[in-house]
Amino acid sequence: MLMQEPISFTPQLGPSAIAQLLWLIPAVPIVASGVIALLKQPKRKTASTLAIGSLTFSLLLSLMAFAHVLAGWAHGEAVREAVNFTWFQFGTTNVDLGWVLDPLSAVMLVMVSFVGLLIFIYSTGYMAHDENYTRFFCFLSLFAGAMLGVVIANSLLLLFMGWELVGLTSYLLIGFCYQKPGAAAAAKKAFLTTRVGDVFFLLGIVWLFAQTGTLLFYNGGAGSLESHALAGLLAQPAAWGLTAAGAIGLLIFAGAAGKSGQFPLHVWLPDAMEGPTPVSALIHAATMVAAGVYLIARVYPLMHAGALTGGTTTSLTMVTWVGAFTAVFAALIAVAQNDIKRILAYSTVSQLGYMMAGLGMGGVAVGMFHLITHAFFKALLFMGAGSVIHGCHEEQDIRRMGGLWRPMRLTFITYAIGMLALCGFPLLFSGFWSKDGILEAAQHFSVSKGPFYMLVFGALLTAFYMTRQVSYVFFGSYRGQGHAHESPKSMTVPLGILAFFAIALGAIGTPAWPWFRGFLESRAVNFDWNGFGEPGLMALMGTSMVVVFLGLGLGWWLYGDKSPAPEDADVLESAAPLPWMWLRDRLYVDEFYGATVIVFYEWWARVADWLDRRVWGGAVAGVAWAFGLWAQLNRFLDTNVVDGSFDKGCEELSTGGGLLSRMQSGRVQTYLRLLALAVIALAAILIWSSRA
Amino acid sequence: MSIVFFAIAGLSVAGALAAVTLKSTVHCALALTVAFAGLALLFLELDAQFAGFAQILVYVGAVAILVVFAILLTRGSETPKDGVYSTKWLLGLVTASGIFAVLAWAVLHSTWALPGAGGAPKAAPQVTVMDIGNALMGRYVLPLEIVALLLTSALIGAVIVAMHEKEGAQ
Amino acid sequence: MTPATNPLIGYLLVAALLFAIGLAGALTRRNAILVLIGIELMLNAANLNFIAFWRYGPHPELLTGMMFAIFSIAVAAAEAAVGLGLVIAIHRHTHTTDLDQMNRMKG
Repeated sequence: MLMQEPISFTPQLGPSAIAQLLWLIPAVPIVASGVIALLKQPKRKTASTLAIGSLTFSLLLSLMAFAHVLAGWAHGEAVREAVNFTWFQFGTTNVDLGWVLDPLSAVMLVMVSFVGLLIFIYSTGYMAHDENYTRFFCFLSLFAGAMLGVVIANSLLLLFMGWELVGLTSYLLIGFCYQKPGAAAAAKKAFLTTRVGDVFFLLGIVWLFAQTGTLLFYNGGAGSLESHALAGLLAQPAAWGLTAAGAIGLLIFAGAAGKSGQFPLHVWLPDAMEGPTPVSALIHAATMVAAGVYLIARVYPLMHAGALTGGTTTSLTMVTWVGAFTAVFAALIAVAQNDIKRILAYSTVSQLGYMMAGLGMGGVAVGMFHLITHAFFKALLFMGAGSVIHGCHEEQDIRRMGGLWRPMRLTFITYAIGMLALCGFPLLFSGFWSKDGILEAAQHFSVSKGPFYMLVFGALLTAFYMTRQVSYVFFGSYRGQGHAHESPKSMTVPLGILAFFAIALGAIGTPAWPWFRGFLESRAVNFDWNGFGEPGLMALMGTSMVVVFLGLGLGWWLYGDKSPAPEDADVLESAAPLPWMWLRDRLYVDEFYGATVIVFYEWWARVADWLDRRVWGGAVAGVAWAFGLWAQLNRFLDTNVVDGSFDKGCEELSTGGGLLSRMQSGRVQTYLRLLALAVIALAAILIWSSRA
Repeated sequence: MSIVFFAIAGLSVAGALAAVTLKSTVHCALALTVAFAGLALLFLELDAQFAGFAQILVYVGAVAILVVFAILLTRGSETPKDGVYSTKWLLGLVTASGIFAVLAWAVLHSTWALPGAGGAPKAAPQVTVMDIGNALMGRYVLPLEIVALLLTSALIGAVIVAMHEKEGAQ
Repeated sequence: MTPATNPLIGYLLVAALLFAIGLAGALTRRNAILVLIGIELMLNAANLNFIAFWRYGPHPELLTGMMFAIFSIAVAAAEAAVGLGLVIAIHRHTHTTDLDQMNRMKG
């Protein structure tokens, strides 16, 4: 190879100025979001200006950070500056948070803020007619801040907080038009499905904290991704022959699988297309779904720990298989979809599978390169789709479009560039180089050749369904309502910029000049044509070229320039109706969930409701009834026994008094007689007592 | 027990009996006078001359006259139609007899622990009026004053009680 | 000392008899004035008791019995006056001196 040995990380004299200010990058958009939340709805201009301004500021800071890391790399130093602080303490344990500036985070920062900024500008045109414009930018800004927070996090806890916030804003933005029942249901589905992954993620976090006592990644040797902690994790056995490191890695991957739409937690991504197109472009193509891939890249030392040279670990093998399977699975379904955004959604799921497989087989650089290139051309494709939908008067069914290459020229050109990048059209487009990197790693995968064949098949399918889509949308004759028209400048200019990058980024990842890989791994890189001389590389490039052309040709042969009427069956459908139906119905994953998980969940909810109403409610009602009974008893006692006895006593007294008063005859002589009798009695007593 | 004693005692007792049993109220009052007189004689027999004369002066001279006046003022001379005796006269009689029985029994069965009370009766004490006066002004001055007050208030009270009331309150 | 030879006993018995007669009168007659007469007789009997004890008791020179009797006479006189005044007042209201009919204090 053309790379020198990796440089050891030289200890810094404390973090640089830019590293200390790194927290501003996510903080400013979040603050902007807060301010926008307090604005009134009519203040549209203010809202979008605030959002775009804050993200521009973040972009500038990110570029500065990137430049700093770049400068360090150019001088042969490996930059990894972490700024940590203690959040709170309980007992003797500290909970620390912090952020880190290293090549991985620098690259991601620039990508997220740049693509985000372009999409913000695009949204001002796309959402111009929407009445909830201000709310949209508030959520967008919040999302941007949260995503940037995930990127710079040096603590798994801070990352998780950003992660959850990103999930929240995704929910808010998918269900932006909350009056539509479809949108509200999709938002709920997205949140709940990613939640399932997040539960495992949280388990992993807790376990890691329990084992290593820290959640910081890099802490001058004491971080959880540094050698001391990793050694400890490897020494600790867990279940099923895994070590703690492996088990935690798998748990964290479960979280990433939810967020990045890997099988079987992919079901929310296609439904998330209910959200507005800028949302789909930003969140569900470029950034949020990439967060899962970024997470795996971030904790790669943990996932890779314990691997023998040239070998791999259990967790990374799992990642590879899941990724490869998802890639093929989603690509198959994409073939039979008719909604323009849904095709792109399944394509995203498929490409995410590629990224995961790349991470698993080739390491951080391979997976991240595809992530970066995919972000650009997928955002481009989504925004182009938005432009098409806008131009066709909110039509989304591809069977009702067609022949748009003439009225929507700019959109067509940029869309075509993005499509070719996605397919991996050889040499010119970045997608080719990034996908090739993955295929090369798959070829050298020690465990099995299975992923390689699956990924090659996936590439074939990708080219095929994208050609199908482009043929339906841009070629043939227009089958829709009214006239199609080009979109305004605010929408087409970002498309152009992204298209440029979709081509240009390929240059940093070629085998002749593996700049990206070198940058991420902090090695020096030289430009050398002999890079192409790697054994098997040319053959691989040739294979992938053949596959791509095959897919393109097949697609064009079946669909190109034809305009089937919307009511007609698709060509493949007539050829093989049953498989087509399966694919169109998304291979029944949702139905499976509906029959099992949902049913169980509803049953359980009913049980809980019954418990609550009958058992607990019954207990409370029972206690109340017992109290009532007691009160009744008391009242009975009070009325009859206490009052009764009292009244009776009084009656007796007055009767007795009546009796006694009858002795008062009112006659003096009677009294005298009684007196005299009393005297006799007294005297008699006295006499008899004295006698005795 | 001399004859004189029995005679005077008999007179007194007869007068008393008459006073309580006669039908006419005026006759009763007169019989009462006789009883008073008899008692006065008994006092004289007991060498209590001052007491005896006081008895005549006050009782016979004032109280008896007063009783007669009262009888006359209340038309007591008319015989009531229901009879002179109360409806429960037997109980009164029995009670009075009981009292007498008890008192007599007490008198007759008491022990006489009087010092110097030998067989012969004592010599009669020589009591002069001056002695009584001295006693009244000396030892018994307080009771004297109180009795004076009593008599005054009784006088005023009797007048008020028996006075004709004002017209409106009738 | 035999009772028969002691003159004190005689006087005491007479006094007791007079007392009983007075009481009988007070308890059995209807007329209010006759009740007062009975009361006067009882008082007199008591006086006789005092004088008898004074004469035949110890220390006659102290004049205790005599004094008592004199005061008793005075008080009895006052009482008779007030009592008879009361009877007259009652008669003015109720036009009767029949005790059996005076039961306004009946309880």
